[in-house]
Amino acid sequence: MGELDLGPVWLSLELAAVTVVVLLLIATPLAWWLAFTRTPARTAVEAVVALPLVLPPTVLGFYLLILLGPAGPIGSLWVDLTDTTLTFSFAGLVVASVLYSLPFAVQPLQSAFEAVGRAPLEAAATLGASPLEAFFRVASPLALRGYVSAAVLSFAHTIGEFGVVLMVGGNIPGSTKVVSIAIFEHVETLDYASAHVLSAGLLVFSFLVLLAVYLLNRRLKLGRL
Amino acid sequence: MTAARLDIAVSLSRPSFSLVVQETLHCEGITAIIGPNGSGKTTLLRILAGLEQGASGRVSFENEYWQLGKHRVPPHKRGVGYVFQEGRLFPHLTVEGNLKFARPRPDGPRFAFDEIVRALKLEGLLARRPATLSGGEQQRVAIGRALLRAPRLLLMDEPVSALDTASKREILPYIEALPQTFGVPVLYVTHDLDEAARVAREVWALADGRTAARGDAAEVLERIDLWPPAAGAEAGAVLRATVLEREHGMATLGLGEQTLRIPFAAGDPRTTVRLRVHARDVAIATRRPEGLSIRNVLAAEILRIDEADEVHVEVLLAVDDQRLRASITREALAELGLEPGRRVFALVKSVALEGL
Repeated sequence: MGELDLGPVWLSLELAAVTVVVLLLIATPLAWWLAFTRTPARTAVEAVVALPLVLPPTVLGFYLLILLGPAGPIGSLWVDLTDTTLTFSFAGLVVASVLYSLPFAVQPLQSAFEAVGRAPLEAAATLGASPLEAFFRVASPLALRGYVSAAVLSFAHTIGEFGVVLMVGGNIPGSTKVVSIAIFEHVETLDYASAHVLSAGLLVFSFLVLLAVYLLNRRLKLGRL
Repeated sequence: MTAARLDIAVSLSRPSFSLVVQETLHCEGITAIIGPNGSGKTTLLRILAGLEQGASGRVSFENEYWQLGKHRVPPHKRGVGYVFQEGRLFPHLTVEGNLKFARPRPDGPRFAFDEIVRALKLEGLLARRPATLSGGEQQRVAIGRALLRAPRLLLMDEPVSALDTASKREILPYIEALPQTFGVPVLYVTHDLDEAARVAREVWALADGRTAARGDAAEVLERIDLWPPAAGAEAGAVLRATVLEREHGMATLGLGEQTLRIPFAAGDPRTTVRLRVHARDVAIATRRPEGLSIRNVLAAEILRIDEADEVHVEVLLAVDDQRLRASITREALAELGLEPGRRVFALVKSVALEGL
């Protein structure tokens, strides 16, 4: 085992953090719409959101590669705007991670909003609160558990992704070489010691994250906030 | 307080229900909206508050349009307060947080926070969470919260129907006092006719999403045809009486020249009270009875006899200028030879007059 490079660990954490922020911004309105709309289109959108759960990461990665590549519609726009390519870059990884972890953010939020229901929002409206105010002062605090689950699950899921990253990001140190890729590389080069350290670290980390989620959920449930 | 004009001409249709009403109300004091379950009372109230998406038509209050065709003024811009059946307090806020959530209408009369808290006796509850309050306490907070919005019109949807009898007794006096204390007219939805008789001067009865009757509480509530037995409502009549004296838990009430003695806790001497007397609690005698445990006997005249069901008829009686209903069997009717115009005696069981 040579000097263990911790760069991929930090990169993974950074990617997960950025992904969570972007995801919550996107997933909140989407989950809200899914929770409170009754059009037939809703079911179709729900199915699309859940796709990353069942698709092989390689399928998602393949289409993203085409879409985000310099010849693809989004990728070429990105090149025009920034003079850099979206594929094989950190920004491209963020886009891919957001899509890949979308169900992990949308679904807990949607159930949380559904549990809140219309009743408190109606009460807020009759007390003079605008819809936006009702969202921030009533719905969000009541859906706090959903937010915690969404953030933690999508964070952990992003840390753990492999296939999509490999397809879209490749293996560029400091830019797209995240911890799961690093482990794969260590195994390929038969550096089992390094693979052990990173794998065990990821295992413990994942366990702790899930433990924290379940404990927090229990606490929030019992304490009624 | 002058009456506020509320114009309603709205319709709404759902797969198994439609509501079509066109009324002009002069809201003053408490107006009760009554009717059996599914008659559209709550839907109507929600339309007035702007909470019902599918309604079309026109709603205006005084000089302000709340709805015109498909254009609806959103609920947070209407001057209505709403008290929901289940309170709907925000569980993540304290009582004080709930009360302060209400944003006073910009051009409304401001009620001081302390004033409302005192009037509804919420002082001791301010730091508590809704989950720790009793049902009656929760509704008091909900009423206070709605008042702090400084509404032009207060809508109350069965505010006490989820409460037990003791809590009802505790909270109804607060509700009765609302129009006088805070100068706000109230529309009060209930399916309980006794409750309507107690709080409201005017009653609007709905059936199957249409207006069935509207007018003075006594007149509407005595109409048997509005409440078929299947609706589960109790036929009866409303009497207005004056409290003459009250001692040892018994009150003497004056009804024109005649008097009633009943156990009655509320009401000071010389005030007028409304009592609902159920038809099944009134019996009829052709002579003034003696040696009877029923103490209240009123001289009356038979006005009309209505069919009720296979066994019973409903007899409408005039007691001076007021009305009373008696439910008796067809057998008794035939045996006593009762007919309109006949002078009889109405026997009223004391317990029937207990207000609520």
